[in-house]
Amino acid sequence: MITSAIIPRPLARLPWRLILLVAAIGLAGLIVLYSAAGGSMRPWALKQGMIFFVFLSIAISMSWMKESTIKALTFPVYGATLVMLIGVEMLGFVGKGAQRWLDLGPIRLQPSEFMKPAIVLTLARFYELVPAGEIRRWRAMWPAFALLGVPAILILVQPDLGTCIMVVLCGVTVMFLAGLPWWIFAAPVAAVGVAAPIVYQFLHGYQRKRIDTFLDPESDPLGSGYHIAQSKIAIGSGGIWGKGYLHGSQSHLDYLPEGHTDFVFATMAEEWGLVGAVLLIFAFAMVIRWGMKVSMNAKTRFAQLAAAGLSAAIFFYVSINLMMVTGMAPVVGVPLPLVSYGGSAVMTVMLCLGLLMALERQQRSGSSLQ
Amino acid sequence: MKPIRLTNTHQSLTFSRRMLLLGGAQAAVGGLLIGRVGWLAVAQNEKYQLLSENNRVQLIPVPPRRGWIIDRNGKPIAINRASFRVDIIPQQLEKTRDVVPELAQLLALNEDDVERVRRELAESRGFKPVQVAENVTYDQYAAVTVRLPELPGVQATRGFSRFYPDGPAVAHLVGYVGSANAKEYDAEDKNPLLLIPGFKIGKQGLEKSLEPYLRGTPGGQRVEVTARGKLVKELDPKPDRSGQTVQLTIDEGLQQYAARRMGDQSGALVAMDVTSGDMLAFVSMPAFDPNSFSEGIGRTEWKMLSQDDHIPLLNKVAQGLYPSGSTIKPAMALAFLKQGVDPKRRVHCPGGLRIGNRFFSCDAVHGSVDMHQAIEKSCNTYFWATGLITDPEQTTEMVNYLGYGQEFDLPIPSQRFGTMPSPKWLMKKYKREWQGYDSANTSIGQGYVLVNPLQLAVMPARLASGKLLQPRLLMGGRRKPIAPVDADPEHLEIIRKAMAAVVNGSGTAVASKLPLDGVQMAGKTGTAQVYRLISRGHQGNWNLRDHALFIAFAPADKPRYAIGCIIEHGGFGASAAAPIVRDSMTYLFDKQKAWAALEPLEKQWGGSLAERNARQLAAFKAAARPTA
Repeated sequence: MITSAIIPRPLARLPWRLILLVAAIGLAGLIVLYSAAGGSMRPWALKQGMIFFVFLSIAISMSWMKESTIKALTFPVYGATLVMLIGVEMLGFVGKGAQRWLDLGPIRLQPSEFMKPAIVLTLARFYELVPAGEIRRWRAMWPAFALLGVPAILILVQPDLGTCIMVVLCGVTVMFLAGLPWWIFAAPVAAVGVAAPIVYQFLHGYQRKRIDTFLDPESDPLGSGYHIAQSKIAIGSGGIWGKGYLHGSQSHLDYLPEGHTDFVFATMAEEWGLVGAVLLIFAFAMVIRWGMKVSMNAKTRFAQLAAAGLSAAIFFYVSINLMMVTGMAPVVGVPLPLVSYGGSAVMTVMLCLGLLMALERQQRSGSSLQ
Repeated sequence: MKPIRLTNTHQSLTFSRRMLLLGGAQAAVGGLLIGRVGWLAVAQNEKYQLLSENNRVQLIPVPPRRGWIIDRNGKPIAINRASFRVDIIPQQLEKTRDVVPELAQLLALNEDDVERVRRELAESRGFKPVQVAENVTYDQYAAVTVRLPELPGVQATRGFSRFYPDGPAVAHLVGYVGSANAKEYDAEDKNPLLLIPGFKIGKQGLEKSLEPYLRGTPGGQRVEVTARGKLVKELDPKPDRSGQTVQLTIDEGLQQYAARRMGDQSGALVAMDVTSGDMLAFVSMPAFDPNSFSEGIGRTEWKMLSQDDHIPLLNKVAQGLYPSGSTIKPAMALAFLKQGVDPKRRVHCPGGLRIGNRFFSCDAVHGSVDMHQAIEKSCNTYFWATGLITDPEQTTEMVNYLGYGQEFDLPIPSQRFGTMPSPKWLMKKYKREWQGYDSANTSIGQGYVLVNPLQLAVMPARLASGKLLQPRLLMGGRRKPIAPVDADPEHLEIIRKAMAAVVNGSGTAVASKLPLDGVQMAGKTGTAQVYRLISRGHQGNWNLRDHALFIAFAPADKPRYAIGCIIEHGGFGASAAAPIVRDSMTYLFDKQKAWAALEPLEKQWGGSLAERNARQLAAFKAAARPTA
């Protein structure tokens, strides 16, 4: 927070450190996209810059929302998102073999994106309403499972495994922090071990293949193992200092597929090397740490759980994507927020950041005398 | 489940603890990611850099030019001729555009070719070119070249194809080249060079045995390409290195002359330099045209060659085995001398000899002959009779020592060396004792005796020089000192004199005197029975006639060259083989006289070798064409 007589108070009271950090990540993304297009603002960098600017503005304006307003909107937004997800199932736009979008004229809306912050707020709100003594009772659990399970299943059948995993992880994080008993979290891990082979049978062909090639990437070097193999080549060949800006052969010669979306990190690591990659990871870590601090300093239980859940959402975005492109996790289609080309992830992360800023402003106005 | 009472303080404590855990887990994941990127970028950097470079840079291979084969005077025997070819680089093809029909039209490809190109394109990967056509005409090449901008992926290049100026005359000596087959590809550990269209390897003869020298190392154009195979830019090309030139001891002129002199006959001729063992001619006729093979032989031509009863596909020098006939007699005589037979010893020839219960009949009634006359007149009775009083083991050993049945170290793949039988050999091979009739058969070069045409030249060369010459085909290299023949020089002189008399005295080959002043040829005729027929000599049926052989050296007094020759089913040695040897020998001393002798003969046969070959193929093709 900057205090100065010159800068008007509303501006001075913005969390500038966070905004600059986010802007830096976004700028890095634009620079990478400029290179990925072969040294051109089109088709990605310019559009991404505009999207980024619009959503950053929205996030900043969201920071003036009151906690009570957020709380009041939580259930209606959750309900609306759920309805949209059902709508997608019924009349969704079919693209890339999956039903993910609602075609609303000029805008293609992907309702599952809204579900990430929505599930966090909803569960935070739910557990705020549950008295402390009731938290480990069954009646404090099943509504939470229902609130999480229904949208998760709707997203899974779209099918969008990446988003489904994200939504479940965000919800589970909030439930974990709310104090649900340990076994609730330990049991599913054990169950997954047992159920994995069975679930595997029900997966879609392409999902199954992704898992196969993840477990044994060499089995299909020219097919679905190609993405991971080429991504590892891009990152590995970059070395410590990288091949130099605009000199990444893997991305420029199209060996790296999706070098501007899901695999944008590999594009960056190839040209900027280990140094650039680590700097980016640190920048994300700072953002997440800031969100976690908001949660630690929160006065209300809703703010505590919501802030932690929202920062966890950003964390899951970043970590799943990076594990994916470095070959530590199967390719599930999670973009790197703020860097990957595309509006959805930018929108979701900016919504989370806007909410976090609002919660942070609330703490300051509640605690300080200003 | 037992309900647990929890207070707000309790809840706050749980939250802090779990936040700490969550934060720790996040930090751990962050550390793990940094570690992973560090591992890929630092520890495995080299590996991935290589992989990325392999992605980026592709090589359009350029096969090396094959080394030349030249004769002892530097005249070309196998060279490379510019040829034009059209290939397709599959990765540079635009997927939406089918260039094959267009090429088929430009190059006048037939349906089989089009189908082959399509199949190879479907199977192809990377930058390995797929051959569309080779040896296209300049006009076709030009037609494709001007359309190249509209035909992405098509490559029209000037290549090189093997060319043998002497055609069939050198066919069996040099062999031919051809595209590698699957077996050859596997044998070379799947050397990718062998898959380059237009790349040929030696298939036969010297082309095969000298492959390591002739091949060279490939180069190529290095290009930077995208994942979709679009060419981004050309990098520095990798230069190729052409194969080495190999110089042979062969005299190209003699080789060609002897091949032409054989006319339509089937036979082999080997000429040697008596001072060094250098092989001057290595002729096996009739032969195929190796140029047809290097361009991929047509079905019709192949059929013609394989149906010919003169077996043009057989290398008769290295693989033909024949009874030596009387050409064995000089060596036999030397063996007799060595065992103490007096050269003045006379044997009466009443026209044959009874051995056991069989009567062996001689060609004529020679009367009383000594060794000199026996060789000169080729009297079998003398050799039968003398063979019976000498040790057959020692005798045959001597003949073998002089070359018959012996193995020579030559860069000719798959040679057959024949047999020089001896009592020991007979026991080992057929488990029976040596009999008098074995001596008789062997001493006139029949029975088990089988020699190749190479040995027919080595034996007179050794007799003439008195040195244990080893035939050589490659110039250069270390020349080993040549050991003398283990025989009394006086004995050798007796043999040489007798051989000189064969041609210049009143012997069997007087008709084949050299038409030169001051140069006399010494020789020995041979007639080898093909079937045990009562009546010998000329037969109506070509392949029942006797083989004609002749061995010779010249000049008789100061030997310089030796020649061995066999004409299959040529009748008497003197009638078919000796004149060919005479003219070939003349060539070595006086080229003009030799060519003058050949001219009327070729006119009589109906043109030069090349002309007759072309006519024969055309006639065969016309006969093979289905009648409309």
